[in-house]
Amino acid sequence: MTYIQLSYGDLALPALLVVMDGVLSLALRLKLEKQLAIATMRMVVQLVLVGYVLMFPFAAVSPLWTALAAVIMVLFASREIVARHKRRLPGVWKYGLGAGCTLLAAGTVTMFALLTELRPDPWYHPRYALPLLGMILGNTMTGISLGLDVLTNSLVRERAAVEACLALGGTRHQALLPIIRDALRSGFMPIMNSMAAIGLVSLPGMMTGQILAGVEPVDAVKYQLLIMFLIAGGTGLGTLAAVLGGAHLLTDHRHRLRLDRIAAERSE
Amino acid sequence: MLTVSGLKRLHISVSFDLQDGECVALQGPSGVGKTLLLRSIADLDPNEGTVKLDGTLREAMSGPAWRKRVTYLAAEPGWWSDTVHEHFTTWDDALPLVTRLGLPDGCGPWPIQRLSTGERQRLGLVRALMLRSRVLLLDEPTSALDSASAAAVESLIAERIANGTSVIWSTHDNAQARRVGSRIFVMGPDGCIEENRP
Repeated sequence: MTYIQLSYGDLALPALLVVMDGVLSLALRLKLEKQLAIATMRMVVQLVLVGYVLMFPFAAVSPLWTALAAVIMVLFASREIVARHKRRLPGVWKYGLGAGCTLLAAGTVTMFALLTELRPDPWYHPRYALPLLGMILGNTMTGISLGLDVLTNSLVRERAAVEACLALGGTRHQALLPIIRDALRSGFMPIMNSMAAIGLVSLPGMMTGQILAGVEPVDAVKYQLLIMFLIAGGTGLGTLAAVLGGAHLLTDHRHRLRLDRIAAERSE
Repeated sequence: MLTVSGLKRLHISVSFDLQDGECVALQGPSGVGKTLLLRSIADLDPNEGTVKLDGTLREAMSGPAWRKRVTYLAAEPGWWSDTVHEHFTTWDDALPLVTRLGLPDGCGPWPIQRLSTGERQRLGLVRALMLRSRVLLLDEPTSALDSASAAAVESLIAERIANGTSVIWSTHDNAQARRVGSRIFVMGPDGCIEENRP
């Protein structure tokens, strides 16, 4: 298996494409240049750092270091979930719900893949566990984030409808069911679209990476299919847990809607 | 009998009894807390105090079970489905009340978006009446209605009261308060007082 190695200097020319986006933003007064610069810097620093940081657990092959890296990834994912929300849950749940659900979903699905399909030796080998977790985490995070966003926004917007059902003796489950369904649909939508378009409209990054690294396309496809199945499972599990958890937190044992538990709307 | 003692929610604090088949009119300026009071009795918001129905504590039953007996109707009722009849367990059973309040019997398949504010208010009332609750907490139930429709609502509620339903009826209309209420409570910044009637 051979691949064409890149130096950092090789990346300078492609980086000009991002500069081109910045120039476009300036020319068209899109006011995106600052965000674009920050996002680009973040991407470069994060990826370079993670490249060096991963060298350590890859060399150590210790379950503790693998677990620590996984926990850090989950914490960053939960931070990203919160950052994307206009309306936030209170107190510990602000980060706790997102972190708990990503850990539950991505962790379960990654363990499932490691123990049943890939079976590396040892099973926690970071070369398999961490990239796998990263891919599942990224997509699960998107599903959870969208699901929670639709849940909180819809509850605020549809308050009269929810409370009408509660006032007529409906349970919190009955009153919130239409909104829970909408939130779950929204959470599932990105992975559904991705699965429908994959291969025809887009070639996924991991598969492309494997092909560039010299893996036969048919073998790369098998890996990609495995990843897509895992992502679909993780997204479903995580979104379901987050939306049901959010619905539970925003109601109480007397079946009352508790919008007072949503923190004040974040200014854009 | 509905017993409310030391019910507290934000700035309001009230105590009173409501007999079976009695209607109390609730008055007071906008923003004084009439809606808060009705919602608190229905246990739709967290509140403190003791509320009993026939001596049974509200907390002795689940929230939904309580609200099936003590039902709150908002001034602008909410709708969770697309068409009218989807909001009723059995639309055919609701039809006599629907037509009595001046709505056409063919309005079942109508989209909610098509309804006027007054039509929504009357259909919201029918939906609440279908529960046959022991206590009705009506929050300005005729605020969007013309005088004929308001009279039809008053007549329908009067029948329910005669059959033993207790009602708290919030209204800004002084004449209506005197027509429907056997007692009148006036809410102000200092609390809720019963108005002396001649």
